[in-house]
Amino acid sequence: MSVEAWTTILVILSFIMYTYIGWRSRVRDSKGFFVAGQGIPAVANGAATAADWMSAASFISMAGLISVLGYDGSIYLMGWTGGYVLLALLLAPYLRKFGKYTVPDFVGDRYYSTTARLVAVVAAIFISLTYVAGQMRGVGIVFSRFLQVDINQGVIIGMIIVGFFAVLGGMKGITWTQVAQYTVLIVAYLIPAIALSFQLTGNPIPQLAFTFSDIVPQLNQIQLDLGFAEYTQPFTEKSMLDVLFITIALMVGTAGLPHVIVRFYTVTNIRAARYSAGWALLFIAILYTTAPALSTFARYNLINNLNGQTIEQVRQLDWATKWENTGLLTFEDKNADGVLELTPDPDTNEINIDRDIIVLSTPEVASLAPWVVGLVAAGGLAAALSTASGLLLVISSSVAHDIYYRLINPRASETKRVMVGRIMVGFAIAIAGYFGINPPGFVAQVVAFAFGLAAASFFPVIILGIFDGRTNREGAIAGMVAGLAFTAYYIIAVNFYGMEPWLFGISAEGIGTIGMIINFAVTLIVSRLTPPPPLEIQTMLENLRSPGNEPLALEEMDEEHLD
Amino acid sequence: MNNEDRHAYWRANKALIRNLLIVWGVVSIGCSILFVQPLNLIRIGGLPFGFWMAQQGSIYIFVVLIFIYAIQMDKLDRKYNDSNRRD
Repeated sequence: MSVEAWTTILVILSFIMYTYIGWRSRVRDSKGFFVAGQGIPAVANGAATAADWMSAASFISMAGLISVLGYDGSIYLMGWTGGYVLLALLLAPYLRKFGKYTVPDFVGDRYYSTTARLVAVVAAIFISLTYVAGQMRGVGIVFSRFLQVDINQGVIIGMIIVGFFAVLGGMKGITWTQVAQYTVLIVAYLIPAIALSFQLTGNPIPQLAFTFSDIVPQLNQIQLDLGFAEYTQPFTEKSMLDVLFITIALMVGTAGLPHVIVRFYTVTNIRAARYSAGWALLFIAILYTTAPALSTFARYNLINNLNGQTIEQVRQLDWATKWENTGLLTFEDKNADGVLELTPDPDTNEINIDRDIIVLSTPEVASLAPWVVGLVAAGGLAAALSTASGLLLVISSSVAHDIYYRLINPRASETKRVMVGRIMVGFAIAIAGYFGINPPGFVAQVVAFAFGLAAASFFPVIILGIFDGRTNREGAIAGMVAGLAFTAYYIIAVNFYGMEPWLFGISAEGIGTIGMIINFAVTLIVSRLTPPPPLEIQTMLENLRSPGNEPLALEEMDEEHLD
Repeated sequence: MNNEDRHAYWRANKALIRNLLIVWGVVSIGCSILFVQPLNLIRIGGLPFGFWMAQQGSIYIFVVLIFIYAIQMDKLDRKYNDSNRRD
């Protein structure tokens, strides 16, 4: 059977499974819709968090980025996994104990303020929209290559699928779908990595082959021969300072991403929240320790397959011509010697490989069986769709729960709240689809912005909200606004208006670290200059810091009294 | 639960978090970024050690840190007689 036939079959089969699960877990009440009835076991929540978290960027772009960046690609590996330690130790257990529906819920209640809640809602929507746009683009890329449709049509197909299970099942449907999607995506990632590892080194375990074979020393040598820096050489693409800032921004951003935090509201108790953070990172680490191995295998293979070949030879490779048709792989014999050369200098380089295609093309480059190619396509879609659905739910719950129910109509019935939630999912899909068709940047870069914004807005106010009892309403609002405004301004000015980077050239990806520091500083200073939080908040904090799962003092409190 | 116990529990919790975060910072920011160049002079298998820490080692350690936290917090919860645990 051909690659296209296998792809179609595997994609359709996995979609039937997702929609079936979505249908089985359909919900009627708002607790089920927004936090899956708080009944998800720790291991399942770990798998769902891993799928929610590992997006098209992790699955499709990350190994490609590392492949191009070498050591400097570690920013993504450490940044995106290191954040889970912060999340597990500093946020998840307390947020679960607090036990409401959304992140703005915590911010609004802890800071006894509608304004704080609104700022948090705006930040949550802004971050999620930035992030979801990248996911829809990822869906479009996978469809366009493997089903040979237009990228825009691919985006629309993705919108319909994700809409079906998110609208119907809410958080419960999404959670169980994500567990299935994790399975699909990890199997799809590991099979080609294992096959390639065995093919190149004789060792089937990518992590061991990466460390203990001579593949990396060989790649270092090839890179030097072609005029590149050694693959393992640090700080070739970015300065040490930039690597440091980007890594911290990604770590802190991970811990502040609303669609990840909200997953910890869905487990049964605090203990389950702690363990599920561990399971989530373990499931993520399986992919994240494979990715750098895959990156070296892929780079080694691509160089060996393309460099020094004639255009005619390359065009005989089936995968090369198919990717050439999408415009993501281009050849140009600049010096007209009939041979293609890969060089670090853009003026003489004759092979352009879009980094987003590295993982997707790997099985074909290594001539693995056609069903593996189809599986990778299904895995990439699982990664993109699971993250997209998690984000859509955050957007919908921010509007339906935090704005509509908490601010506009506190007397809204269960049915009405769930209905508003469903309508908002629909709206969010339309907007996400629009950004998918008119993307603001390439997949991984767009995602990196969302992290900067999350780092600069949520992380400090949640941490201080738990660990510093003196932080008050005024401080939190000023801090969030300052952090968010600074970071957004810097990213937009540098990326779209050509502003020169400040402070020894910190890139737009790393500026979230500065935004976070500004947020911490402003929050602490303003809090000390204004009155301390009221007594109820102190009681609530005491409760949050005690063992056990007792309900919070604030739970029954009337919202109107808080502002 | 009395106030003294409550504060002791919170102090123990904060000390545990602090210790684990120190390890977290040393392996990621220390070994993998700030001191990556000197550490690269050492080799593990075919890889320079600093590079290995950045791309493999720190991730394994992160996973272990979270499970240590969860297990230690279980012990703390038991010690401070957590009557509401249901599982």
